[in-house]
Amino acid sequence: MVQVGTDRVKRGMAEMQKGGVIMDVVNAEQAKIAEAAGAVAVMALERVPSDIRAAGGVARMADLGIVEEVLKAVSIPVMAKARIGHFVEARVLESMGVDYLDESEVLTPADDLYHINKKEFTVPFVCGARDLGEALRRIGEGASMIRTKGEPGTGNIVEAVRHMRTMQSQIRKVQSMSYDELMAEAKTLGAPYDLLEYVHKNGKLPVVNFAAGGVATPSDAALMMHLGADGVFVGSGIFKSENPEKFARAIVEATTHYTDYELIARVSKGLGTPMTGIEISKIGDADRMQDRGW
Amino acid sequence: MKIGVLALQGAVAEHIRTLKQAGAEAVAVKKVEELRDLDGLVIPGGESTTIGKMMRKYGFMEALQQFAAEKKPIFGTCAGAILLAKEIVGQDEAHLGLMDITVERNAYGRQKDSFEVSLPIAGVAPDFPAVFIRAPYIVEVRGAGQVLAKYDNKIVAARDGQFLAAAFHPELTEDCRFHKYFLDMVKESRKDKAPV
Repeated sequence: MVQVGTDRVKRGMAEMQKGGVIMDVVNAEQAKIAEAAGAVAVMALERVPSDIRAAGGVARMADLGIVEEVLKAVSIPVMAKARIGHFVEARVLESMGVDYLDESEVLTPADDLYHINKKEFTVPFVCGARDLGEALRRIGEGASMIRTKGEPGTGNIVEAVRHMRTMQSQIRKVQSMSYDELMAEAKTLGAPYDLLEYVHKNGKLPVVNFAAGGVATPSDAALMMHLGADGVFVGSGIFKSENPEKFARAIVEATTHYTDYELIARVSKGLGTPMTGIEISKIGDADRMQDRGW
Repeated sequence: MKIGVLALQGAVAEHIRTLKQAGAEAVAVKKVEELRDLDGLVIPGGESTTIGKMMRKYGFMEALQQFAAEKKPIFGTCAGAILLAKEIVGQDEAHLGLMDITVERNAYGRQKDSFEVSLPIAGVAPDFPAVFIRAPYIVEVRGAGQVLAKYDNKIVAARDGQFLAAAFHPELTEDCRFHKYFLDMVKESRKDKAPV
């Protein structure tokens, strides 16, 4: 019997992206540059996060014309973002043939209480998380891939580092707990018990875990890989840099060879200026994207 | 028996786990020097365009021609099968071009069309769990090559001498019978190369 949209097919899709870089693009031309540089997938958007931050107002699902243009332009998988809780945006993107959906805090949330019930979809979802509890809640709702939230559009890696370190340290703690302690920990973290049990037994999340939110240089990407990321999302970091093609290629190579520092030095030379960064303390509470969702 | 898994991008850990489960020693290969003492190689699933670029950049094209000339077996799954093929539909240039097959990329459609199904595979199992993810299929197997499995009238697994290709992902299951089949190929190839 043939089955589509099973956990194995949805989570397997993310497994195939491991060790790779997923790049934000806003048109067909950028999508082709990303593909030529070795991206494993592209995220089709109307604006990259730093422009969303600058524009203010309500950020929604991308113009579907852009999504269609990107779908036609490349042979690698295409992802797109829906607002938190906006299952109709998600259904519309799924119907267009988007390969992976991101229920994303970069867009303005559509529901302040509930995330999308992702189990009902045939296409897989990726969701952001700041810690283990949040990651397991999203997986409980059906996410097939997790990424750190970081602080999108800042070019500042500090929040992604914090989120990845927090998750890894919580995973180690859960792994070393006695069985008796697991239910109390599930209560503390607000995590589904069966998924916490999986983490206890296996010492990792049941799905792939990428880094996102602030990656701006090849060294940033390599740093996240060292901290336990399975791969990297780069949002504004590529097309807001001085030389997107070179930056894209260099970030791809640094992600694969993250332990080879001479190679990272070689690919990082002469790249020009990375995107302009923002110090996190300069961002007001209302503009912190990572605090969207729960 | 030591098998390498090409670790430029993709589902590397899954292949290493499955190879170990099938009884082999398995290591990740990121640099051409690491090919030296291997008896066989797996090219995993991932994005074939990404892996192909990195292979060119880091000298794997030449190194793997040499590896193949030494009669060492290579097993490609999904993207790995595309990288092994002599011809790719709609593309002027192949990657390694070692295995005498033609493949078509994303032949079943996009991710929403990805599926799993139980398949009979000749010499492997009557009921193998086959996971297809944005999978290619094999349009044609030429020469002495042998079709191992078909789904919906399309070729999804084949062997051409020392080369083995699957359009699906045996590494995403707990079933190591396909990897055992590959290890048998490696054993044969070692026997042929009896010590001088």
